[in-house]
Amino acid sequence: MITYLDAIRSAMDEALGRDPRVFLYGQDIGSFGGAFKATKGLAKKYPGRVMDAPLSEDAIVGIAIGAAIEGMRPIVEMQFADFSTCGFNQIVNHAATLFYRTEVSCPIVVRLPSGGSPGGGPFHSQSMEGLYAQYPGLVVMTPGTVEDAYSMLLDAVTIDDPVIFCEHKFLYNHLRAEELPKETTPIGKARIVRHGRDVTVVTYSAMVHESLAAADELREDGYQVEVVDLRTVKPLDTDTVLASVARTGRLLCVSESFPWGGVSAEVIARVTSEGFGLLDAPPQRLSAKDTPVPYHPNLWSSHRPTANAIASALRRLLEM
Amino acid sequence: MSSDRGRETAPRTEYLKAYRVMLMARVLEEKLSSLYRAGHIKGGVFLGRGQEALSVSVGINLRKGDIYAPLIRDQAGRMAFGDTALDTLRTYLGSQLGSMRGRDGNIHRGRPREGYYAMISHLGAMIPTVTGALLARRFRGETGVVGATCIGDGGTSTGAFHEGLNAAAVEKLPLIMVVANNQYAYSTPNDRQYACADLLDKAAGYGVAGHDVDGTDLGACLEVLGKAVAAARAGGGPQLIVGRLLRLVGHGEHDDASYVDPALKASHVGRDCLKVAEDYIVENGWATPEEIASWRVEAKSEVDVTAAKVLREPAPDPNEEEWMAISETRLQDNFAA
Ligand SMILES: Cc1ncc(C[n+]2csc(CCOP(=O)(O)OP(=O)(O)O)c2C)c(N)n1
Repeated sequence: MITYLDAIRSAMDEALGRDPRVFLYGQDIGSFGGAFKATKGLAKKYPGRVMDAPLSEDAIVGIAIGAAIEGMRPIVEMQFADFSTCGFNQIVNHAATLFYRTEVSCPIVVRLPSGGSPGGGPFHSQSMEGLYAQYPGLVVMTPGTVEDAYSMLLDAVTIDDPVIFCEHKFLYNHLRAEELPKETTPIGKARIVRHGRDVTVVTYSAMVHESLAAADELREDGYQVEVVDLRTVKPLDTDTVLASVARTGRLLCVSESFPWGGVSAEVIARVTSEGFGLLDAPPQRLSAKDTPVPYHPNLWSSHRPTANAIASALRRLLEM
Repeated sequence: MSSDRGRETAPRTEYLKAYRVMLMARVLEEKLSSLYRAGHIKGGVFLGRGQEALSVSVGINLRKGDIYAPLIRDQAGRMAFGDTALDTLRTYLGSQLGSMRGRDGNIHRGRPREGYYAMISHLGAMIPTVTGALLARRFRGETGVVGATCIGDGGTSTGAFHEGLNAAAVEKLPLIMVVANNQYAYSTPNDRQYACADLLDKAAGYGVAGHDVDGTDLGACLEVLGKAVAAARAGGGPQLIVGRLLRLVGHGEHDDASYVDPALKASHVGRDCLKVAEDYIVENGWATPEEIASWRVEAKSEVDVTAAKVLREPAPDPNEEEWMAISETRLQDNFAA
């Protein structure tokens, strides 16, 4: 069985093997194999190409940018997505603007171990995809399956623009698949992971699985819930979302990030402005609470949306 | 630590070449200032008056294949590295034909493919970037190249300065880190900027070689930069060079610099490096004052002709602009909001 984490490691292994321009840089990723072991064994297999970085997020991203300008294809690991704020400047002001300003592209991948896990607390749990998606010049990926974790990371390395790769820590060892995919969904395309005619859930990353569980719950009430996994939040596949809403007439956006602005707000803005006539009820969203992410697992599990909370939100929406 | 007494050894041809670039940079910046006052330049104009000797010494010691990420006050270094009056004026005036096509302006220009990096505003950011570029060169097996970047005394207080220099030191990369200690960061004097006795103290802290230089003295700057670049090229790791000088203009052309201490202006650091170099040339009999005056006239007429031409060039047309911020055509369709 292959876990989500194994898939990420396999993708890096394959990228390193395929392309001598690829190298890995990040804290503790060398012989230690990374805080989550995503790079375990790679330093030995690719000597000199999997490098421990000092505790310097600004430098880590800045170094990746300089190397990319000179023709390399760096993949950098942030130990936790939360710490990418220390490299935020290089990401949003340098990497994201480089092509627009100079016509020189910036093929870097910044891996962000994202989202909450029990006991993670305020500084090891954040979901930052909405923040990065706000900036022109960045591609933001949020794989929610083992297959996507693998194929999208391989895609990310081939993309000539900076990619923010948000991998979910909770999925690392929870999610398993029989094998790695041979065929992949094109970059920027959402996927309907479950068909239904009554209501559309648009979601991504770990919330895909909570939403699928909620959909199971609603089947007992006789409702068919369609679940759309965005896969990549920027570019955002509005076409697939609108087509789904056209079928169901109802939309719930589910995300684990903070409620203010963000991916759900963007999806709802697009659907209401481009597909207002398709809606039979006001679109709704379910996000984490508007507080820092709590430490205790009990608090944490009611801070983020769960299958139960999603099911309740769906029931309310279906009654509107 | 190197001493700054190196004037005697700087060869005449190099000195004169450097002086002429300094002069060109000074004359060009005078033009930029007048264009700004006449309302032709939008945004800010930031001049390097008083810093030309240090700056030119960086650019002149680099060669093709090296990497250079200049900062705010590096017009002279840029020109020594190959930037032209034409592209400078085009960028400041937002010409569609400039290297930045009106998308970015003034000091934020460069041609990264040629090793001439285009700075972002955020001070310190170019230090790790040049470090990364050098790392890439090492991956490719290239030796003998260096990467140079500059910063002011204020910029040395940023996290990026610390992180970038530290990372370069850990990797022993050939980074030339030039600090123009011009006594003020905008209006903030050094005693509100750092509490170590000397910025050069930072070199030891990071484990890099340190060089102190009188930034008002072209000969000293040429010698010290020459040594530092040679040391980095030969594998000596990062080199931190701190030049002592005074910014002889405001932070930008909007700033009258009334906060500058008159005692500093009257002191050794307040000397105008261009004038010091001129006197040195004349003293040594390398050129007469009349010859120098004629070089200035030449430079001025070249700049005037170029400016007049650029003022007639097309501005970027928003209706013809390709607004994509990403290069991947396969993703662009989906990006349209
Ligand atoms: C990170 C960051 N903070 C603030 C600014 C705004 N700013 C631009 S130049 C400047 C002063 C810089 O002083 P110094 O580094 O000493 O260079 P100098 O202007 O004296 O050459 C400031 C505060 C900036 N560009 N970047």
